[in-house]
Parts: sequence; structure tokens; C-alpha cells
Amino acid sequence: MTTTYELALGSLLLTGGTVLGSDGPVLADVLIENGIITAIGQGLNAPDAEVLDVEGCTVGPGFVDLHTHLREPGKEQAETIETGTRAAALGGFTAVVAMPNTDPVLDSAFVVRAVLGLGATAMAEVAVAGAITVGRNGQELAPMAELSKLGVMLFTDDGTGVQNGGVARRALDYCRGLGATYAEHCEDLGIAAGGVVHEGYWSSKLGLPGQPASAEEAMVARDLLLAGELGARLHLLHLSTEGSVDLVRRAKAAGIKVTAEAAPHHFTLTDASIASFDAVYKVNPPLRPAHHGDAVVAGLLDGTIDAIATDHAPHTPETKDLPFDEAPPGMLGLETAFSLSYERLVLGEGLAMEGLFDLLSTNPARIAGLDAQSDRPFGQSEHGGRVTVGRTANVVVIDPRAAWTVEGSSLASLAQNTPYEGRKLQGVVRHTILRGEVVVRNGEPTR
Amino acid sequence: MIGPHLLSLEDLGTEGIVEILNVAESFAEVERRTMKKVPALKGKVVATVFFEESTRTRLSFETAAKRLSADVLSLSVASSSVKKGESLKDTLKTIEALGIDAVIIRHRSSGAPLQATRWLEDIHVVNAGDGWHEHPSQGLLDAFTVRQAWAQAEGVDAASTGSELFQGKRIVIVGDIAHSRVARSDVLAYQALGAHVTLCAPATLLPPSVEGWDVEVTTDLDGLLADVDLVSVLRLQAERGSGECVPSLREFTNSFGMTAARTAKLPPHALITHPGPMVRGIEIASEVADDPRCLVTTQVHNGVAVRMAVLFLLLSGGSMAFTDGEGS
Repeated sequence: MTTTYELALGSLLLTGGTVLGSDGPVLADVLIENGIITAIGQGLNAPDAEVLDVEGCTVGPGFVDLHTHLREPGKEQAETIETGTRAAALGGFTAVVAMPNTDPVLDSAFVVRAVLGLGATAMAEVAVAGAITVGRNGQELAPMAELSKLGVMLFTDDGTGVQNGGVARRALDYCRGLGATYAEHCEDLGIAAGGVVHEGYWSSKLGLPGQPASAEEAMVARDLLLAGELGARLHLLHLSTEGSVDLVRRAKAAGIKVTAEAAPHHFTLTDASIASFDAVYKVNPPLRPAHHGDAVVAGLLDGTIDAIATDHAPHTPETKDLPFDEAPPGMLGLETAFSLSYERLVLGEGLAMEGLFDLLSTNPARIAGLDAQSDRPFGQSEHGGRVTVGRTANVVVIDPRAAWTVEGSSLASLAQNTPYEGRKLQGVVRHTILRGEVVVRNGEPTR
Repeated sequence: MIGPHLLSLEDLGTEGIVEILNVAESFAEVERRTMKKVPALKGKVVATVFFEESTRTRLSFETAAKRLSADVLSLSVASSSVKKGESLKDTLKTIEALGIDAVIIRHRSSGAPLQATRWLEDIHVVNAGDGWHEHPSQGLLDAFTVRQAWAQAEGVDAASTGSELFQGKRIVIVGDIAHSRVARSDVLAYQALGAHVTLCAPATLLPPSVEGWDVEVTTDLDGLLADVDLVSVLRLQAERGSGECVPSLREFTNSFGMTAARTAKLPPHALITHPGPMVRGIEIASEVADDPRCLVTTQVHNGVAVRMAVLFLLLSGGSMAFTDGEGS
């Protein structure tokens, strides 16, 4: 194995926290030496270690985001790999999967290597989702085998779905041969008909072109049928409708190899927000009425939806200050994902903290192939799982007692397009530790 | 109650709409004089900023502003910086910097006038039509026109009737409702005033949801004709009637056009309105357009008085002192 990344030298002692270990949460200290967790227990003694008092906090595996738009290359005015991974670290993420809808598209070994190279020294590990088709044009298959050799495990044309069912079927089949996962942005553009918001009460009232829930669900259904027929592995991005959740639930019961993710904004906001015609609320898939968000939450709670993913999509202020139908879709997500999920799922629905870490860390790490070390270029350490001796120290410390107020201008992203401006959120990311290095200390980035 | 902006008729409520209609009656009075101009907005500057082609609405607003003695600035898309890549926000802020009191905006995007209120500081914003959303001054002038016609028929003074004449009236809005800002404003106006509204269109031209609209919906125009007080006909854009939403214009006309045969089935007192521009032979037959019960030119005429009322109420703080000016 050629791991070219570096483990942080020195030792670090986290004292008095609730540690999510292999046998459930325990009150313990955690000793990290040279990037590896070396001891877990009460009253640990390490005279030379930097000590972080984490009493009252939860110590768990760093979060993994399956869906991050880092915007580099091509839109460095909105986000870069450096600023995006800083935002990730502040949000408690130790790894992110960079989406391929950059300019140029991540559809060639050369560009993927460049992104992995820039990610190698970043504040969170950067994995890449490669494009399914060349230039995301939905026609010719991208060189997925070449990208797979660079360690790419997920392929997607995210931003749009693969419209042609024949192309989708061949790509699923090809991914199956590579042992990779085909990930779909489910949106039938014909049914969506140019809609910029959810079709229903608000689209009708506001005179904005709407896209119906079926635009998403039709492609979910198509892909489930294709994946089932081929025995291929399918991941469904940012599911947002009741019907999608139901389709996936039934597909899983039927043994289809499907995983799914949902974004916090789809279960914490509704399409009533668009009455302001403020494009900060424009996102794709669109915000929808509350019953869809409730169905997504039910899916997250019963295991139908495996992971929470941010769909972090930075856009510059000038593009979000356009008329609603002209502005690009997308919102920031990395720094608010934990608090929003904690509020809705743990405080609101009674999910155990471990369950939340499954959704934010363990399951996405598994889906992205980030749950074990890999010899991909620039290397990759292990994420997710539980805090146990011998594992690489990718750890987040969260303080569920504390609250914070969202300010777009204070977020690490270059863009400021958060729909949660001014909102007070419960649950704070205190420290983030990447391979033993404290990259966020007391809520502040260390570099 | 009225202002500082006019963005949606929803913001006005019944009282606000009635107030505008009543003030418009006073201005209609002024219009009947030989000296049609009043000094009500003397020293005020009003800008029309139209990002979309329009003849009647723009001329109507500018005429209204001039009759109130306001100075009028006129920005058209063709002569603006928009084509050089300037954003809507910067264009509007530039206009604001010229020192204007009100901006009248027409834009192809729903919500643009509301967005403008967030970008501009101390000036009034008037929505002159935004996307498929609303066209508030059209909704007001339609209500004004039919109220006046009904008042005349009953031999009463329209301004003294409030919303009374709308009670129990049956109004049918027919045509492309889904993509019509006029339809949304008309529904809001007629409902606020107490009429019973039915929307009639092929399913593909109806809004996806009419939840909360408190209207009836039907695809059967012929079934409505016998018992209706007003048919409000909307324009059908050719491309939508040529296979996009409706198979053909002919098929649309057959089912939803105000033909002479359909007009003959209306009760004698029933009125017909159309916001213009009309496509004769498609949504309205030529002889129907020229029928005395069709109020199209009256609507255009009344637009000036209604827009005078809107500008006056927004810009003058509502004082009715205008009648003491040089025009009296």
C-alpha cells in the first residue's frame, strides 16, 4: 500500500467525553498518537500530549459528505478545494466526495489527478466522484475504468440525471464490471419541463414554473428497475419526495442493491420559503411541501435512506441576486448539516446520537468506499465506523449543549448562499481531527 | 393601507382595492374635463423600466404619471445596459441614483418587482407585470371597468357602490390561465370584491394547483354560458396552442374560443373583457371583439385613471387635495 498522506506527529488527549466506541457510548478519554487512536479509557495519562477537555461532548468518527461541490476547477470565485474543505472541517467532516460538474468536468484521469492532488493537503480528505458521460453530456461513456484505477468509486453526472435510459443502463452495467457505484441525480428533464420550484400550491400562486415530484420519482423508478435487472450497485442522490422514499423502501425489500442519501435542506425547509422570491431558496431538487420532508425523515429513521449528504453548492452573490428563474440552484450545506440534522432527528425524532453518526459518517463512508485505507493516488485513510484503538484518528467532537447562530459572512466558504441566515441552531462542532491533526479547535480552523 | 409598493393585489385586501377604484373614479372625472392634467405629483419623478415588450401598459402608466404632473423617465431594454451584461439589480440601482420617487417595473421573471424592493431604498415599486405572477394594475382596471359598467346599467354612481355590485356575480375567466399574470390578478381582485369566479381552460393551461384560490374549475365553457355575468377572455400565445399545451389553435378555438355562437348563448346583460393584445379568430372572434358588450377599448381607456389612482395613492401619501389644483 502506498499511502502518501501524512499522519500528524505528536499526541493528543481528549478527556472526559462520551466516546462512540465499538460497544456503544462510553465515558472515556481518547489518546491519539502519531495520527492513530492508541488508547481509550478512563483517567488516561499522557504527559506530553496536547489535552482537549471535551467533557459533555460526544467524540465520534468524523463525518463524510457524499455530495460536495468544491467548484474547483472552473468556479473558483464561488469555492475552492481549500475553502470548501475548510468549511467541511468546520462542519465536522473529515472526508468529502467532490462532485464532477466542474469546468472542465471530472471526466478524465488528468483532471481527477489534479483535484486529488490539491485535496491531498486539504483540511478534509477529498475523494472524487467521476462523471458517467463525457462532459456530462449524457451520451458517450466517460473513461470510467481509468478513473476507477485512480480510486474513483462513485460515478455520477450530478447536476443532471442521465436522460437516456439506454445510456443509463449501459453505464450501470459498466460500473458493475468495475465494482463501482452508479449514482444518479434523479430528474427527468422532460417531466420537469424547465420547472425551477416544486410544482404545487406555491408554484401556482407565485407564477413560477414548477417541476412535479414525478420528475424525480420517474427516474428513481427507472434506475431501480435497471439496477435490479443488472444486479448493479446504485446510489440515489438527494432524494426529496415521498414517492422516491417509498420506491427505495420497496426496492430494498426486494433485494435491489441501492443506497440513498438526503440533504438537510429537504427536511428542514419547505417550498413556502420561495414566497420571498429570494433565490437563496432555489435548489435542485427543489424545496417541497412538509409531507415530503417528513417522508424523508421517516426514510432516514427506518434505514431506507442511508446517509445525510449536504449537496453543498456554493454560488457567488451576484448569481444569487438574479431573478428567481435565472439564478442557479444550490445552497451551502457543510457547516450547517450537523446542527440541522441533530435538531430534526435527535431532538425532534429521538434518534440516538449513534444513529446520527451512522447517517453522517459510517454509512456514507461505506457508500463512498472511504471506510478503509486505499492505495489510490495521494492515499486515503479510514473514515466512519466507531472510535476504536488502532484506527486512524479521523474524529469529530461535538457539543450538543451549545448553540450557534448562522451568519453567511462568517462561513468559511467563499460564497455566502445559506438559506439559514440568522437562524440559531442547536449543536456545535467543537473540534475536528484529521489523521491526528487538530484542524478545527474550539470551532476555529487551525489553518 | 396602500403602499409603499404595489406588488400583488393580495396585499391590498377588499378595502384597498375599493379605495383605488374610488380614487380612480375621481380621476376619470378629471379626464372628462378639457384640462386633463392635475398638479398632484408635481415635482415627483416616476420611471418606467420595462424589461419586456409592452405598448399599452407602458403608455398607460406614462400617460397617468404625466396627467398627475410627474416627470417621467423611460428605460427600455433595447437602450439599456442590460444587453451589455448589467444585472437587474444594478440597472435598478442606477435608475434609483437618478433621484426618482417610483419605479414601474415590467419583467419576464415572476418576483422581479418584489426583489427590487429589497435592492432599492426609498422609492416606491409598482409591478407592471412579472412573469406569470401578477399584473395588479390590470386586475384593478378590469374590476374598475366592470364595476362602472354594472353601475351604469343600474343607474347608480359607481364610486358609491363599494364592492356591492360584485356580490353574487358570476365571472368566468377563460383561456391560458396557467401562464397568465392577468388571470392571477383578476382572480384576486374579483374574489376580494365578492364575485364567484370560475376558471375555464384545457387542463394543460390551468395552474397545477388552485388550492386556496376558492374558485371553481371546469373544461366545459359551453356549460357556463347560460348563467354568467362576465366572461374574461385571456390571450393564448401561439406556441402554446400549436402543440405545446394544446394540439392546435383550431382545437383550442373550438372548445375555448369566444365565438359568435357562444356569445349568442350569453345572457343579454353579460359583459366580455380582454386584457389585450387580442388575437382575433383564436380566443375571441372578430365580431365578438367588436360587440358593444365587449369592453376592450373601455379597459384601455380606464387604465389611465386607475394607474393615476395607484400612483397618486402611493406617492402623495393619500391626500385627496389634487382636485383643488390647476385643473379645477
